[in-house]
This record gives sequence, C-alpha cells and structure tokens, in this order.
Amino acid sequence: MEATDAMTVIEADGGSNGYDPGLSDEELLHCYRTMLLVRAFDDTCMKLQRSGRIGFSIPNLGVEGMQVGAATALRKDDWIFPCYRNFGMALYHGISPVDMMHNMYGNSRDSAVGRQMPVHFSFIDPIHWVSISSPIGTQIPQAVGAARAFQLRGEDKVCLTSFGDGGTSSLGFHSGLNFAGVWKAPIVFLCQNNGYAISCSSEQQTASESYAIKGKAYGIPGVKVDGNDLLAVRRAVCEAVDKARAGGGPTLIEAETFRMGGHSTSDDPTRYVPKELVAEWAAKDPVDRFERYLGKRGLWKSGDRERIYGECMQEVGDAAKVAQSTDAPGLETIFSDVYADLPDHLRRQGQAAFDLASRRGDAATGGGAFPL
Amino acid sequence: MANLTLVQAVNDGLATVMRDDPSVIVFGEDVGPKGGVFLATENLTKEFGEQRCFDTPLSEDGIIGTAIGMAMNGLRPVAEIQFQDFIFPAFDQIVSEAAKLRYRSGGQYTAPMVIRTPYGGGIRGGLYHSQSGEAYFCHTPGLKVVIPSTPHDAKGLLIAAIQDPDPVLFMEPKALYRSVKGEVPEGHYTVDLSTLRTVQEGDDVTVFCYGAMVPVAMKAAVKAQEQGIGVHVVDLRTLLPLDEEGVLEAAKRTGRVVVVHEAPRFCGYGSEISALIAENVIEYMEAPVKRVTGFDTPFPNTLEHHYMPDERRVLDAIEQVHNF
Repeated sequence: MEATDAMTVIEADGGSNGYDPGLSDEELLHCYRTMLLVRAFDDTCMKLQRSGRIGFSIPNLGVEGMQVGAATALRKDDWIFPCYRNFGMALYHGISPVDMMHNMYGNSRDSAVGRQMPVHFSFIDPIHWVSISSPIGTQIPQAVGAARAFQLRGEDKVCLTSFGDGGTSSLGFHSGLNFAGVWKAPIVFLCQNNGYAISCSSEQQTASESYAIKGKAYGIPGVKVDGNDLLAVRRAVCEAVDKARAGGGPTLIEAETFRMGGHSTSDDPTRYVPKELVAEWAAKDPVDRFERYLGKRGLWKSGDRERIYGECMQEVGDAAKVAQSTDAPGLETIFSDVYADLPDHLRRQGQAAFDLASRRGDAATGGGAFPL
Repeated sequence: MANLTLVQAVNDGLATVMRDDPSVIVFGEDVGPKGGVFLATENLTKEFGEQRCFDTPLSEDGIIGTAIGMAMNGLRPVAEIQFQDFIFPAFDQIVSEAAKLRYRSGGQYTAPMVIRTPYGGGIRGGLYHSQSGEAYFCHTPGLKVVIPSTPHDAKGLLIAAIQDPDPVLFMEPKALYRSVKGEVPEGHYTVDLSTLRTVQEGDDVTVFCYGAMVPVAMKAAVKAQEQGIGVHVVDLRTLLPLDEEGVLEAAKRTGRVVVVHEAPRFCGYGSEISALIAENVIEYMEAPVKRVTGFDTPFPNTLEHHYMPDERRVLDAIEQVHNF
C-alpha cells in the first residue's frame, strides 16, 4: 500500500470490496451502536455544558468510525494510550457511560477524583485505557515503553496509541516512533488526522505529503486509510496489530477523517473551517457509510438509527443523572495520591486547609468557565 | 564491607538490586557495553544481558517517556540522563507525566521509576555539563528528589529509590564520583528517603548542605572549629519530600543557620529552607539565615572555582552568622 493512497473497504452501494471483516452480526451491530452511543454522549455533554452543568467537553462528530474500527482490532488485555478525542474506543470495549459521566462531572466516583478536566478519562477495566493528559503527544513514548515491557516479558499483548494530526508535530511523536522503530516494539501508532489541530490546518501543520509517510524515516511502515470507513480502519489496524503481536514491530496508521464540530465546547470552528469543507465531509459520514454496509448484509432497516440513538440517549441521560447526584470529592482528595503515602508536609497542609474551613467556612466555588 | 568510590557504590547498588529483582532494568545513552560516560553502569550489560541494561537513542524525552510506560506496565526502570544539563527535553515527561500520573488516575496508574543523573560543577564542564537543577524539580509535587554525598548513602538511597512506589529523581554529585571513598556494605541495604544525616554535631552554627557541598561544608566546619565555633553539619540527602521537622530541630539547636548549594540563589533550595525556618522557628533564631550559593548567572567554565561555593565562602558565612 502506497502511503499516499487511502485504503477503503466500504463501497458506495454498501459492498465491502471482497473484504470479510470477520465480525459476527452481534459485533457488527455493537460497532454501529457504539458510534451512536458516542453521538449520544457528545450530544448530551453539549447540552450539559451549555446549561452550565459541566464545564467542558470534546466532541467526536465525524471521527467515531475510525475509533470504533480501531477498537475492534484489540483484545481486552491490550493497552490503549489515547488522546482526548478517542473515547469511542473505550465505549466499544465496555467502559460504561456512567463511569465516563463521573469524570465529566469530576465527582467523587470519577477515577481521576475530580482532579482533571472533563474527558480526561482513566480506566483499567475492562481494558487499560491509560489516563489522558492534556499536553500533546506525551502518551506516545509512554505507549512505546509499555509495549517494550510486553516485549521484554515475552507477552503477546500490544499497545495502541492514538493522537491527532497536530500530535505528529510533538516531541513525543518523534521520540516515540524512533524508539519503537529501534526496538521493534509491539505497538500501533494511530494518527487520527481530523483536519485541524484546534484551528491549525494540515497545510499549516506539515509540509509532508502525508502523515503516514512520516513512519518511513523511522523504519516503520506507514499506512493511510479512509478514516470514515469503519471496516477499512479495522482492516488496517488488525493487520498492524497482528504483525505487532507476532513480533513484526510497529506500524503507523493515518486515518483520514474530519472533525465536524469544534475542538471543544469552547471553540467556534466557523471562524476558521470553510463551509464547503464541512459539506464535503458531511457526505462521507461514517455512520451513513456503515449503515449501507449493514443494510447490504440485512442487518439494518429504516428506523433503526432513530431507535438505537434514542436508547443511547436514554442510557447516557440516566448516567448523567447518576453522576450529577454524586457528591463532589472530599477536601482530603486534594492531598491523596500525590505519593503512595501521605508525606508529613502534605498532612500538615491538609490539616491546615481543614482547620481554616472549620474556622472560616468553605472556599467559594469559582465560576470556572473554561475559555479555550 | 568494601571501600568504594561514590560511582562504584552507585554501580554496586544497581547490580545488587538487579540481582534481587528481575523487573529492574537500566537504560540510557551509552550505559550498555561502554558502561556509561562515568562508568556508573559498568559491567551491567555483561552480567544481566542487553535485555536488562541497554543503550537508547540520543533522546531524553524518549528515555523518560518510555521509562514511564515501562513503569506503569510492571517494570522498575532506572533511566540514566547522561548529564543533568540535558534533562530538559524530558522536563514535560517528568513534571507533567511521571509526577502526576498517580494523582490524575486516582492511583490506577503509577510510575515507580528512578531517573539517575550526574549534576554539578567541578569538572570544567562549562555551561552544559555543570548545572544543579534540583530547584526546578523540587517544585514538582509527586516527584521525589534525592542527592547522596557518600558512597554508603549513594548505594542505600539508590536501592530505596528503586524500591519506592513513586518516581524519584536521583541526582549524583559528579564532583564526588571519584573524589570520595568510603565503606559500603555488601549486598542489599537501604537508607530511608526523607531522612537527614547529621554529618557532625555542633552547638554554634548549623550548616544545611547536600551533594558535593557536604565535603566543602565539612572543610569549613573544621576551620571554624579551630576558632572555637562548633558547626552542626546536616546533609539533607532527600530534598523532596523534605524532613521538615528534622530541619527545624537542627535550626533550633544553634539559632544560627547557613545553607549551602551550588545552584543559583534566586528561588534556589536555600530559599525554601530559609522560609521554612522563618515561618516556623524564627523565635529561636539569633541571626539572619545566610545562603552560600552559586551566583545568579549561568555556570562559567574557566572561573568555575569562583562560582562554586568553597571553603572560604562557607567559612565566611559561618563567621558572619556566628558573630551577628
């Protein structure tokens, strides 16, 4: 596969170019439902943010197909080192919307205990979804290190790390791919090329002919795939995962897709994304594409989308209610988990914070409107 | 007991813990067959194989980033940064990632790892082979910062650091690598982190120091004793988390304090010691705290002996606080 040609599978009429994804009907429908669950989660979070119930959210409209397609290639004992616009992979593997909602609210049942902004999920079960950090690309060499650990122990597990087009400019992209190439580490690098890094277009991001071709300089094959074609992404990631598992080393996959919304709930993409571009990509919608494939296989009929999306909205709405009625973390959680054991100076600082609260009342909640 | 230099003690510590724990691996630039530019990792590849002690590409960000991933996935990496001056490409990985991983994941993910790096002047290394950057890292919750000054402590603290559940920056005073020798127990032992070492007791002036400044402070203390000034010399050993109670006790003991470090003064570690004393035990103080430090300049090459605190400068400060 030439790095500049994006591989596709799903044809205009819903055919699959002779490719058999090897997924059962239930698995295919799970893929479909997961994409709609991502949309339901996004739509719900947008409303919660606009009504002031949560502070921030990161929308995924347009990129759900590549997330779910990639997730299908992984086993539960593989590790995912994601970025913040990736959570379709988590939902596919059974991370529950309610656990995600706890993070959106930053409450006491959030795995990050309210310490992170929303969408910075961390999970270890049912799959390792490594705690997300806001700095771009830092997870890439970490994923290589975790993959190296699998390799050194002789385990057949792999890591998949995902990052955006902007992430390819980061220090971590360079060091991560360089180390992985040298070590032949069992890892898949998944570049979610969604057109913009906040407002920076690909033309401003790189002069390279593609992101996929960047692998070549590290001795890593680069594959470019149609990111709105769930099955094409599955095919590319499966091949890369199988190769990595068998000791064949890393692969860089560029999934070409498009972020149909803003960078976040705080962003107005109409200031910098041409309308024509949005219209062009709307015609390539990943859910529409996958529906056609399901229809051809007799797994989809008119009305299914509305019904399933409605179920997803109900599930996510219920999750939001649970999260909203869950208490905020206690003051002591500011001081815990800094170290395995609470050092004396933090014990004293914590005690002083409690003493002050008992003498002068609690601190007032700030406005906290996130500007970006 | 063996009589070892400080760098030999580091090597012995690494080998000891690697024999005990197969999850401990060592990597960095030139640490493999060459044994590191200071030979701190000499013979480790030979004894443990290239799966457990290996060279990496020349990329500090990659060394620390991959170490974090290994640490979260069951290994105990000991990563070497060849000179502390070169650590800054990895600053993001250390400060924003390793140090915050436990906190931001509610303990689901942790980074039990050690970053070993030689720091400090005295080898005519100029701007970029001489710096003492401990203050940057001591401002980082979630990180531990350890600096030994004797062969015994170097081995014992290093083993404790490798066994610690949190990331530890282990800064080795390169000026002392071969200039100090001492008795080092064979086999496994640890020196507890976050404990001070009283180098010598005295009742007139307390000197806080660490790393390569400990022998300098001791020389000055001997000279002071000739004038009848008893100097209480404290080696801080772990800068973060600091044994604050121990520092305050040692300050109260004499009421006269000198802090010595090679790093620049402004926002240096001495500032924290001074503030700690001012906030907590000022009523015991008989004189203002005096800091003896590097200048607030980059580290010079030809004139490094003027830049680094020496016996003259420490003695001068001891006399000033004593005679205040």
